[in-house]
Amino acid sequence: MSAPALTTRNVGKRYFFDSERVLGPLMLFPAVIYIVALVGFPLILAVLYAFSDVTVGDPRITGTENFVGFENFRDVFNDRVFQKALRNTIVFTLVSQVFVIVLANVLALVLSADFHGKRLVRFLVLLPWTTPIALGVLGWFWMLDSVYSPIDYAMRQMGLLGPDSVFGPGRNMYWLGKTDLAQGAVVLVHIWRTLPLATVILLAGLTSIPQDVKDAANVDGAGFWRQLFYIRLPLLLPIMAVAVLFSLVFTFTDLSVSLVLTRGGPVNDTQVLSTWAYFRGIQGGNLAQGAAIALFMLPVLIAIAIGMLRLARRSENN
Amino acid sequence: MAIVETRKITKEFDGGAVKVVKDIDIKTVDGEFLVLLGPSGCGKTTLLRMIGGLEKPTSGEILIADQVVNHLPPRARQIAMVFQSYALYPHMNVKNNIAFPLKAANVDKVEQKRKVEWAAGILGIDQLLDRKPRQLSGGQRQRVALARALVREPNVFLLDEPLSNLDAQRRASARDELQQFQHEIGTTTIYVTHDQVEAMGMGHRIAVIDSGTVRQIGTPRDIYEDPADTFVATFVGSPPMNLIPRDDDLIGFRPENLHLAPKSGADAASGLSFNLTSIRQEYLGSEKLVYGEVEGVRTVARMAANATVPTADGGDVTLVIDNADIRIFDRKSGLRKQPAMATIPTGVA
Amino acid sequence: MAALPPTQRFASEESGRGKHVLARTVLYGTAVIFSLFAAIPFGWMVLTMFKTNNDLYNPRNNPFLYNDPPTLANIDLLWNDTSFRTFIFNTFLIAIVVMAITVIIVVPAAYSLVRLSGRWGSNLGILIFLVYLVPPTLLFIPMTGVIADLGLQNSKWSMALVYPTFTIPFCTWLMMGFMRSVPWEIEEQAMIDGYSRIGAIWRTVIPISIPGILTVVIFSFTLTLHEFVYSLAFVQSSGEKTVSVGVFTELIRGDVYFWQSLMAAAALVAIPVALLYNYFLDRFIAGFTLGAVKG
Repeated sequence: MSAPALTTRNVGKRYFFDSERVLGPLMLFPAVIYIVALVGFPLILAVLYAFSDVTVGDPRITGTENFVGFENFRDVFNDRVFQKALRNTIVFTLVSQVFVIVLANVLALVLSADFHGKRLVRFLVLLPWTTPIALGVLGWFWMLDSVYSPIDYAMRQMGLLGPDSVFGPGRNMYWLGKTDLAQGAVVLVHIWRTLPLATVILLAGLTSIPQDVKDAANVDGAGFWRQLFYIRLPLLLPIMAVAVLFSLVFTFTDLSVSLVLTRGGPVNDTQVLSTWAYFRGIQGGNLAQGAAIALFMLPVLIAIAIGMLRLARRSENN
Repeated sequence: MAIVETRKITKEFDGGAVKVVKDIDIKTVDGEFLVLLGPSGCGKTTLLRMIGGLEKPTSGEILIADQVVNHLPPRARQIAMVFQSYALYPHMNVKNNIAFPLKAANVDKVEQKRKVEWAAGILGIDQLLDRKPRQLSGGQRQRVALARALVREPNVFLLDEPLSNLDAQRRASARDELQQFQHEIGTTTIYVTHDQVEAMGMGHRIAVIDSGTVRQIGTPRDIYEDPADTFVATFVGSPPMNLIPRDDDLIGFRPENLHLAPKSGADAASGLSFNLTSIRQEYLGSEKLVYGEVEGVRTVARMAANATVPTADGGDVTLVIDNADIRIFDRKSGLRKQPAMATIPTGVA
Repeated sequence: MAALPPTQRFASEESGRGKHVLARTVLYGTAVIFSLFAAIPFGWMVLTMFKTNNDLYNPRNNPFLYNDPPTLANIDLLWNDTSFRTFIFNTFLIAIVVMAITVIIVVPAAYSLVRLSGRWGSNLGILIFLVYLVPPTLLFIPMTGVIADLGLQNSKWSMALVYPTFTIPFCTWLMMGFMRSVPWEIEEQAMIDGYSRIGAIWRTVIPISIPGILTVVIFSFTLTLHEFVYSLAFVQSSGEKTVSVGVFTELIRGDVYFWQSLMAAAALVAIPVALLYNYFLDRFIAGFTLGAVKG
């Protein structure tokens, strides 16, 4: 049985697209273009805006006359609301994340066990993350209403609210109207929202602990708590770092919670960097100032990015 | 015309730091079953992949049917390849798996059907055409992979350890079928394996490869009885050839060529005799292996199961070997030296 | 080997069982608490949805009960008297465009990074994923300028253009995880069998990756629905808004909140999206751990 003869016609042209060296970059090209053009470029633009005088009405940077040096930063920095916003951003993030780390560990442990109704619990627990954030926060907005809050009602029934009670003569708490309550509410909603994300990441980490390790621990006689602190948590540390970094980013840069819940109020007491940037830049029309405000988030983000990359490199070396 | 020829084919990685294949020259004989035999990492699979067009050689030429094919992608080389995992397309049934290469060649539907049925018939898988790969056993999958390879009527079959995934029982009958298949079809086949028993049993010729170079190409008999160096001598044959150092040489002999010294005086002129300090014996039913030391070097002797080794474990026994069964190797390079009868060192009796 | 004295053994067996019951109680209790905490706002939403005005706005009434029978009037109001339908339509339109753009760009990109890029491929993959973490709240200001420049301000197409900037990084990384599990031998076999690389990809990798592609589609959809910041910044007129923003800004007439309709709007979108996301979450986790384990 003879095979047909090999032919070589137009070898160079025909097999051009077979080359890995051509195909690889080609297939990657659209994604890279999109990211460079619509993420990289605006990022650079954000910095440029901060040093310019652009507004919503006139967003073009046409020449060097648009540039105003550090004027925007000075104006922004001296503004008391900005200072409040900066402080709030940091405080809200740190406080909520401390709670999230602890609670996520507990919840991940719970969800890694088997029990009746586990699927329902998982669905419910994930709700805050899987729904559009603006809509979820709206639910809290209504729940914490100044007049009709069911929490107030329950407190009234228990005698905690109303004349001659612990929480004061008023019939309502004004959750979103009093400064410290409003700030607490924002922190609470942040916890509510990022807890599922952190839990899922930790859960993935927990399930990836090889069974052999757990078996060995059991044989060695380690009880629940010992296993927890000496085996599971240490092995979970890298994944926990990932979970922390993720929820940090999402909380630190979030706009929806403060906006939908309190619109930054009362009296700008719950403003964060992103909402203040929105109010100044979009609603107020001063794009340059808005950009300057938003840029203050950058140092923290870069630190987080470096943290991520280090983690990634470490997991690769493992 | 050799169907497949490689000329000084070399493959390097990391800018020359790692040389996986070094200057290999191979020429196939038409219709032969050529086995590339060697341990893991010796470069045999890389060599096969370069012939197939899945890896680009760093230097050297590959010719198929007398044409240089270095720049041609796999689909232009008119070859068929069967991977260790058989690489059946999981989302297609057996019929479409086999027809796949024909579709690629734009063969018309009628001809496709004819060829698929022809190939399936040869491999005996006619009833399986509508099944999906996950419903097939290992042996059936191998046959589908072969049918798919056959259907193109290629210049050469390239097989990469296709029997490794089968359990030991299946492997023996699969080997038999594969050989019959190749014999019937007559297409040149290059077969990669690390199993020397497989290689010896199946190949017309075997190319023994180690660390990227071909140590020897020859028939199984050549390889076994006339190894070109110590690597071939110890890689092929189980237990491996015994090697006793003597001055600058290594005296080599196969375990089965050792005999008990005859009761009457040994004829020193026709061979060598050794003193084996026996350590243990393995009874294997059809034969037995005696492990011991000769001049401090671990040695194995193979003899009939009922042979009486005249001393208990730990004792000495005298074994003789015929001159014709001795192979001499250079101690430093490991290469074979042709024995001149007169110069075989007699050593200490 | 000394045996434990019988009384000692008996005691530890009993306390073992007691401990077990306690552990289970704690487990269930904790699960319930967390579930309640997470779900209460939604429960409240759903309850409010069906309440009449009389019932709802009477502070004397127990808000946890339907003092008047539940009504569908609010949903009716939402559907017929507000721009809710427009919001939903806009959102779906944008989502479809975004899903298409994402799949077309992500599948080849993921393949390239997994198969064709060697060592720096997985690093580049991580880098691309990190782009997902660049927050919209940092980019939305200059992006507003860019959109205005392109003449797309106040248009739903501004969102269709911009949303892929976060769906692409996220879904590329997701898709990479799926593609790694396609055995590369199948592609090589297809190339030997006579197809070019592209032909081999189309006929083997793509069909096998369909679950992954489906997951990418679903996640692009849910990510689109979740988005709030860009749509808030880009669009002012009611006719072009998406659900997230529209519900927040439009369902308020003057200073009066139509709470029941508002809650209905929120619940009607939030809960189905959650169901969808949840269903595909397992695949996401598989992709995540594959990505994390293999770097």
